[in-house]
Amino acid sequence: MSSTSTASHGANLDGELHAHGDTHGHGSMRSYLIGFALSAVLTAIPFWLVMSDVLGNSTWTSAAVIAFAVAQVVVHTICFLHVNTQAEGGWTLVAFVFTAVILLIIIAGSLWIMYHLNTNMMPGMMTGQAATMP
Amino acid sequence: MTTMAQDNSPVDPSTFYVVEQDDHGHGSPTLLGFWIYLMSDALIFAALFATFGVLSSSYAGGPAPHEIFNLRLVALNTAILLFSSITYGFAMLAMERGGLRAVQGWLLVTGLLGLSFVGVELYEFAELIAEGATPQRSGFLSAFFTLVGTHGLHVTVGIIWIGVMLVQLNQRGLHLENKRRLQCLSMFWHFLDVIWIGVFSFVYLLGMVR
Amino acid sequence: MFDQSLAATIFGRLSWESFPLHEPIILGTFIVVVLLGAAIVAAVFKFGLWGWLWREWFTSVDHKKIGIMYIILGIIMLLRGFADALMMRAQQAIAFAGNDGFLPAHHYDQVFSAHGTIMIFFVAIPLVVGLINYVMPLQIGARDVAFPFLNNFSFWMTVAGAVLVMISLFVGEFSTGGWLNYVPVTNLENSPGTGPDYYLWALQIAGVGTTLSAINMVVTIIKMRAPGMTMMKMPVFCWTALCSNVLAIAIFPVLTGAFALLMMDRYVGTNFFTNDLGGNPMLYWNLVWIWGHPEVYVLVLPAFGIYSEITSTFSGKRLFGYTSMVYATVVITILSYLVWLHHFFTMGSGASVNSFFGIATMVISIPTGAKIFNWLFTMYRGSIRFDLPMMWVVAFMLTFVVGGMTGVLLAVPPADFVLHNSLFLVAHFHNVIIGGVVFGLFAGIIYWFPKAFGFHLDPWWGKVGFWGWVIGYWVAWTPIYVVGLMGTTRRVRHFDDPSMQIWFVLAGIGALIILVGILGFVMSIVMGYVKRDQLRDTTGDPWDGRTLEWATSSPPPAYNFAFTPVVHDLDAWYDMKSRGHRRPEGGYLPIHMPRNTGAGLILSALATVLGFAMVWYMWWLAVLSFLGLVVVTIAHTFNYNRDYYIDAADVEREERSHDAALAAGA
Repeated sequence: MSSTSTASHGANLDGELHAHGDTHGHGSMRSYLIGFALSAVLTAIPFWLVMSDVLGNSTWTSAAVIAFAVAQVVVHTICFLHVNTQAEGGWTLVAFVFTAVILLIIIAGSLWIMYHLNTNMMPGMMTGQAATMP
Repeated sequence: MTTMAQDNSPVDPSTFYVVEQDDHGHGSPTLLGFWIYLMSDALIFAALFATFGVLSSSYAGGPAPHEIFNLRLVALNTAILLFSSITYGFAMLAMERGGLRAVQGWLLVTGLLGLSFVGVELYEFAELIAEGATPQRSGFLSAFFTLVGTHGLHVTVGIIWIGVMLVQLNQRGLHLENKRRLQCLSMFWHFLDVIWIGVFSFVYLLGMVR
Repeated sequence: MFDQSLAATIFGRLSWESFPLHEPIILGTFIVVVLLGAAIVAAVFKFGLWGWLWREWFTSVDHKKIGIMYIILGIIMLLRGFADALMMRAQQAIAFAGNDGFLPAHHYDQVFSAHGTIMIFFVAIPLVVGLINYVMPLQIGARDVAFPFLNNFSFWMTVAGAVLVMISLFVGEFSTGGWLNYVPVTNLENSPGTGPDYYLWALQIAGVGTTLSAINMVVTIIKMRAPGMTMMKMPVFCWTALCSNVLAIAIFPVLTGAFALLMMDRYVGTNFFTNDLGGNPMLYWNLVWIWGHPEVYVLVLPAFGIYSEITSTFSGKRLFGYTSMVYATVVITILSYLVWLHHFFTMGSGASVNSFFGIATMVISIPTGAKIFNWLFTMYRGSIRFDLPMMWVVAFMLTFVVGGMTGVLLAVPPADFVLHNSLFLVAHFHNVIIGGVVFGLFAGIIYWFPKAFGFHLDPWWGKVGFWGWVIGYWVAWTPIYVVGLMGTTRRVRHFDDPSMQIWFVLAGIGALIILVGILGFVMSIVMGYVKRDQLRDTTGDPWDGRTLEWATSSPPPAYNFAFTPVVHDLDAWYDMKSRGHRRPEGGYLPIHMPRNTGAGLILSALATVLGFAMVWYMWWLAVLSFLGLVVVTIAHTFNYNRDYYIDAADVEREERSHDAALAAGA
């Protein structure tokens, strides 16, 4: 949230690097502490949800864990890795978004393909074994 | 790398050459290069996560996640790594202030936190292996050990890097090159934290839910 | 007993039986290689060239020299890979009915595995990376790449991989699992030998080089363009190089991951790709093809860039539809990541999955087709000069379109169920890789050779090379399309049905014609060197080029440009020429350059030893070489003395001599 203003603030403190054109993002005490607090909360909640089985429903718990993980990744990327639209002329952000898309394709694609393969090619094992597994 | 004035200011169409000293003129490419390297590293983890996802229920009659995972240990390790992130952040803030001693101090704290993270992980692995949940036992355990172990290996590399960095800071102080390296190491360390979010969420927490 | 265990400790599983002394073909090759190698080493000693090689080439961080070394590596490995091809063609031409051919099954399996592995990883990739390395920094008006040492290191890691593959020919064996080292063939229980291990270590080590080199090129393009060169004023070759290297960064990690998991299976005994205890061999196919399909575009996109540059230059026109060309390239980059399953439609994913990937595959042909039209429209109403590079472009368009159409055919899942793993498929991918990538690489090498060396390749022998390749390609692969359509499967050593023999004999003749093409190409280099005084280029701009690499002398000075060019137009050099630019006549300044280093070569040598030790289970050597790698890497980071300045006087001398050459030519 405050990353853009803090980045320019950090820039003034670090004239030397900037004189050499290193326009990578910098953090401030504020951004680090905000990031830390948010991360602590976003970590604690899913652990609590799972360890105390608060929701009592594995589908909802899974969805919540995934949502909190995604949120925390975003927090880390902004507050700790200082990715924003300004750093390196936006190229770090472009690289990050591209990687996220590719990462999603690899994981979702693999799961989709291999799930279909398993159900089509090993029907007995999938339903039988997975069902009896606790 | 001494003088620097080049920028992309509008050019006079009649000039076809930069006649004054322009040196490299584009700023150091190191940080962007290292960032892109991290992105490629993230995709190695993508392959490992995909593998784990596919094999996550291939128990082959062996133990399932909830029989072997100790979430308290994982919570402890998560806390350690999160604290090491903020201590590295303090090192970076100290670097921007120019406080060499403070940088070294925070780096040391970060390195020690990293060491305890790896220590806890090794203890966890040793427990699992002692229970017979070895990497060879099932596809699920192979994927588990390889994914978590690869992250641990990265942390180990980070710790060695911190050690080298401490020596280099001692030798030369906070000069330009060392600052750049500290920034790269910062990205590396925080990147490992991001990967760990994936590990504890998708491997441990979702494993317990399943 | 003691001696045996001691030997096992020292040499692992390496013993006298590991040397294939009983195989006359390999033994003969080995003797020839040793004699040739000894002759080369002796010559280098006799002329006292070691110091020159070490100082000027091996430790060089100059992108131009590294590019040339990549291309030399690619050409040497092409000869090895083509020798494998000839052996396969000969075997298949004679092994019918009662005749068993001359290759035993185990040897034949290694030959086709090595052929594919070498041609993709150690011919196509080094040639593509070499051309990008040489040309791209010149085209963007830079003095070097973003990370010059890393560039040297990447090259030597690629060499280390190639060396391991070559060692496997004479010590032990190569993989029999095909060019992607398929499981379950390469699982430990099915291939307990060293073959798959050679494959894995060679490719992991070379893969480090390829990934780092790709990062280097991307950062170079993003950060080091000359002032005024916005992204949309960048030459198309640089755009395709950018997209190709972005793709490489996106896919090689997945291949590294897949290979690492197979290594875990083979060395630690995990169960990723095994047939029991929860392993899943199909997962390996899934992962390697996530790499595999985009890899095709990693290779062919730069070739498309080469065709674009050549078409525009030799038609004397600006490239038609530059913007659409750029967008087509970017779209291909992203789409190529969504098609990998079409390599295993038959594995049983079912209708919904197969439909998605089939349609995605067909969609890719749209931007590719758009490119063909762009080249045609560039030629339309141009004053075309049919020099050798342009001949290759025309041959490419005619050949590649057929390959593209058979590709769309294979993208239809029901058709693929008939054609999967048939020779039709093999003919298809040779059609696109030879017709698309190899033709482009030859076009590019011939086009930029005078820039790199200051003289042209011999045009007569160049034409022999051209016609040999083009005719040879069609004679060799049309019969394979035919037998493939009739249902012949790939990787077969012996056929029962003698009625098919004629097709394989024809294909063998085609391979011999391609051999003429290869020899013609080699001769064009040799004769070009012999006749270099007649073929000299003194202008730096022998083809009336349009982009910045032609703005400097041939060969360019170490610093490329005494003054960084300022770009106002897409065809920057054409713009400078047409608006009457003048070379600066004075005011030279010292130029900041990176310093040479031997660290890359040392690291690569250690990596080779590590790979060899791991293949043969020599654990002590593996540990030592690994520690060596760590120590040398860390020690290298303590070297802060990495740059120097070229004196202004030296720059002035260099530039004056180019001025004189220009004046003499005018």
